[in-house]
Amino acid sequence: MGEEGTITKIAGPLVVADNMRGCEMYEVVKIGDEGLMGETIRLDGAQAYVQVYEDTTGLKPGEPVIRTKAPLTVELGPGILKNFYDGVQRPLKAIGKKVGDYIKRGVYVDALDRTTKWEFTPTAEEGKQVVGGDFLGTVQETKVITHKILVPPGLSGKILELKAGKFSVDDCIARLQTDGEDQELTMMQKWPVRKGRPYKDKLDLEVPLLTGQRINDTFFPLAKGGTATIPGGFGTGKTVMQHQVARWADAQVIVYIGCGERGNEMTEVLEDFPKLIDPYSGENLMERSTLIANTSNMPVAAREASIYTGITLAEYYRDMGYDTAIQADSTSRWAEALREISGRLEEMPGEEGYPAYLATRLSDFYERAGRVKALCSDSEERIGSVSVVGAVSPPGGDFSEPVTQNTLRVAGVFWALDSTLADRRHFPAISWLRSYSLYLGHLTEWFNKPATPDFMEQRDEMMSILQKEAELQEIVQLVGADALPARERGTLEVARMIREDFLQQNAYHDVDSYCSLEKQYLMAKIILQWYDLAGEVIDYGVSIGKIEVMGIKGAMARMKYVPSEEFEKQYDKMVKEMKDEFEALKRKETESA
Amino acid sequence: MAADISAREYTTIREAAGPLIVVEGVEGVAYGEVVKIVTPSGEEKMGQVLEARKGLAVIQVFEGTSGIDTAKTRVRFTGDIMRVSVAQDMVGRFFDGLGRPIDGGPEVIPEDRLSITGEAINPTARDYPREFIQTGISTIDGMNTLVRGQKLPIFSGAGMPHNALAAQIARQAKVLASGEPFSVVFAAMGITHEEASFFMHDFERTGAIERIVAFLNLADDPAIERVITPRMALTTAEFLAYEYDMHILVILTDMTNYCEALREIAAAREEVPGRRGYPGYMYTDLSMNYERAGRIKGRNGTITQIPILSMPDDDITHPIPDLTGYITEGQFVLSRDLHRRGIFPPVDVLPSLSRLMNEGIGPERTREDHSGVSNQLYAGYAEGRDMRDLVAVVGEEALTSRDRKYLEFADEFEKRFVTQGKNEDRSIEETLDLGWDLMATLPEGELKRIDEQIIKKYHPSHKG
Repeated sequence: MGEEGTITKIAGPLVVADNMRGCEMYEVVKIGDEGLMGETIRLDGAQAYVQVYEDTTGLKPGEPVIRTKAPLTVELGPGILKNFYDGVQRPLKAIGKKVGDYIKRGVYVDALDRTTKWEFTPTAEEGKQVVGGDFLGTVQETKVITHKILVPPGLSGKILELKAGKFSVDDCIARLQTDGEDQELTMMQKWPVRKGRPYKDKLDLEVPLLTGQRINDTFFPLAKGGTATIPGGFGTGKTVMQHQVARWADAQVIVYIGCGERGNEMTEVLEDFPKLIDPYSGENLMERSTLIANTSNMPVAAREASIYTGITLAEYYRDMGYDTAIQADSTSRWAEALREISGRLEEMPGEEGYPAYLATRLSDFYERAGRVKALCSDSEERIGSVSVVGAVSPPGGDFSEPVTQNTLRVAGVFWALDSTLADRRHFPAISWLRSYSLYLGHLTEWFNKPATPDFMEQRDEMMSILQKEAELQEIVQLVGADALPARERGTLEVARMIREDFLQQNAYHDVDSYCSLEKQYLMAKIILQWYDLAGEVIDYGVSIGKIEVMGIKGAMARMKYVPSEEFEKQYDKMVKEMKDEFEALKRKETESA
Repeated sequence: MAADISAREYTTIREAAGPLIVVEGVEGVAYGEVVKIVTPSGEEKMGQVLEARKGLAVIQVFEGTSGIDTAKTRVRFTGDIMRVSVAQDMVGRFFDGLGRPIDGGPEVIPEDRLSITGEAINPTARDYPREFIQTGISTIDGMNTLVRGQKLPIFSGAGMPHNALAAQIARQAKVLASGEPFSVVFAAMGITHEEASFFMHDFERTGAIERIVAFLNLADDPAIERVITPRMALTTAEFLAYEYDMHILVILTDMTNYCEALREIAAAREEVPGRRGYPGYMYTDLSMNYERAGRIKGRNGTITQIPILSMPDDDITHPIPDLTGYITEGQFVLSRDLHRRGIFPPVDVLPSLSRLMNEGIGPERTREDHSGVSNQLYAGYAEGRDMRDLVAVVGEEALTSRDRKYLEFADEFEKRFVTQGKNEDRSIEETLDLGWDLMATLPEGELKRIDEQIIKKYHPSHKG
């Protein structure tokens, strides 16, 4: 049984080692004299094919490969939040402190700092029977998140001892009497990233994950525990959209994965989040976030692992009963990493060179989302969720490519980015005609709550106006707008208002960046009222030209810049002004007649 | 490591195919190691190990495999990875694609020998780019602002004046507050002699030659060398920026030739091809060049990159511009339509984009009205262009008077804002004021993208 093999071949991120019989699939190995980290991805007799998470330049055949006898795992415990990791959970700040501004290879730093002492407050009692997932106690991890220390899944027994006080993550805080030996528990547990953490039950999705973005929340809502995909060519605003969701989503914990994307974008998140205030908790956004950055020029195998690392962290917080959301930007880069490794393995390629198992891997990943009853004793009920938003970067903006198509088969919401909208700076450039949400039916009841009883009705009306506009535009392209009847031109006018005053939202504007659901509701309401009144005065004989230049339209165009909390007052004022102006138009019409 | 050099020299070439050779019976070969190859006629070539196996190495030969035989050619493994000698004295000098002087001057006395691969900058060590670079070109400064540390390519096509534009940027680019000029690291990959001499004459004429380092791999130079040239250039740029606190503008032209060389190697290795035969790892490979732009906290120098690439058949969805666009922070797109109509620079602002613009503009950086002006000009120009399409179908008579205003606006925008002289250096104030003049031709109520106070302060009709 080999515990140490030797390298026989090196080609880019792939290393082949001999004398590795007994090594398991996805086992982590240490490669070469520097002990680079790698993961076994194929076995062939005594040979193991290993993807290496670091640059392989300088490795030689004959150098050793040492087995660790464990799969790729992450460390779970206090200290994950406010941290910044690479694709295999190496803390980037700590690495920076150790080796400087560039990421050097062969550097290892614990994912969770062993020197920090956390104040542990026990909540269970000695003598109590516990099972996997039960709370032992709590740690105030950040200002907004109370970290629950869980009994690791699979363990159960009687608590023999439970300590209180300040401990580091690897200190013993409890002893458990199990069927076998007594177990010492720490605040940290490890979990293999490629395996979903267990739960009791998956639940229906009933609550929306609000993002503060009008087109997303009102038109194509995502549910807590649901999945969404954002495909779009470059420059259509995928990353801005992902940032907006990470900033304003009403999840309690955010895991942001920069998977094969730009270094400066991660720096932007890193600089912005500590400055931005979370509208729900009033604290800065970093207090609830953890970032995983494996930029495009960092090793490609670690990029492949990054989304699994991310979702495992999210699942861990889900198990504590939190609503978590992960943003993966971009899953195409992950798929390309898969393709690159597959190519080096000389596997038979599927569509566009992607491996045939691309679809399976994608659905495995998205299926780890969900709203679940978390693992714990039957006497308790705890619900948590993981929502996934994955960006896709289709080559040439062509949605027929394999990553987009396979993602669409598993994702519940499709936010389709459109480059023609982006070219004319209509942002967010989400196409209202192509996008969809499969959660609308589940969420209708929630949206039509007493404060906003006709929310869905309004949404559907706006949607049908936009659909109508698309049909009318075809006619306009042929005969010009002048040839349309006045009523129809009124429809075009209100459609323009919906597009410009409602759907367009400026992510860089202090106020407009986030729009509360109440404000969205009232904005829709006023636009639809305008449409009704305009229809009335058109029937009365007022010319469309007069309607097009109404003063109230200026105020409506600027309503997005009114802060959410002042909006209700502003709304009442605007409705009054609007009614007065329409009355005046009618009166003039009567006088001149 | 290389105690016994003779032991590491082999004449056991088994196979030569395209740019690759396979050497057998070798020992202790490292992945990425540099090799020296001497052909029977005495010609010396350089290569690099692409695949290392027990007793076997696959090597890419930069100068091509002509003259290599399988009997007498000697292959010597140097025991070192690819490095470039760097020194401050390189400024003002010309090198070939592998970093050897070609200007007749002496060898550079190296201050350091650096690996050309370049390690990834730790994202936590990066400083976000936000210092405005004034290029004096309205379509760039006003609409797609460039900032220090950004990578912003020019997407062009055969026969379009991308070189003139790049030269103008290199000449005029400055940071407003400091006024200090950029030093330019220029890497040519497979461009023609005329193109190269255009740049050189331009730099010479304007005196920029004294602050330039050029690496030239021309069209008739070995193709495989091109995969090394940008890495040489960027390593030199990093050295000058971070050791000597210089602000470096790196111009890489033409990245299309670089990608062709990648494809040639991949094909020779019989790799599974990705789109259009380009290797599946092209995205990663390109990013390892482009991501070397940036700023690092606590260091004064910066690296700004302007790669130039010609889009085959002007197709922006071709893998080369497509993958580039996914890595770079925006793009300037040149339009053949504008070029045909004699407009210089033919920058089509609609598909062009600078992702880092928002942080680089505004009060204290450029002017408070910058963001509004830029958004409004975009919207107006886009609307005007739509009207042009409409007119083609229904005729101008069918337009409303509002539509006609936009039609005129688009024409004026191209004539006055986009068009400028090859030596015309407009300040950002001039550019923005020009924008206001154009917007004044539209009804004020149409200026929805600008705050009311800003309109009151800057609109020509309010200024009196």
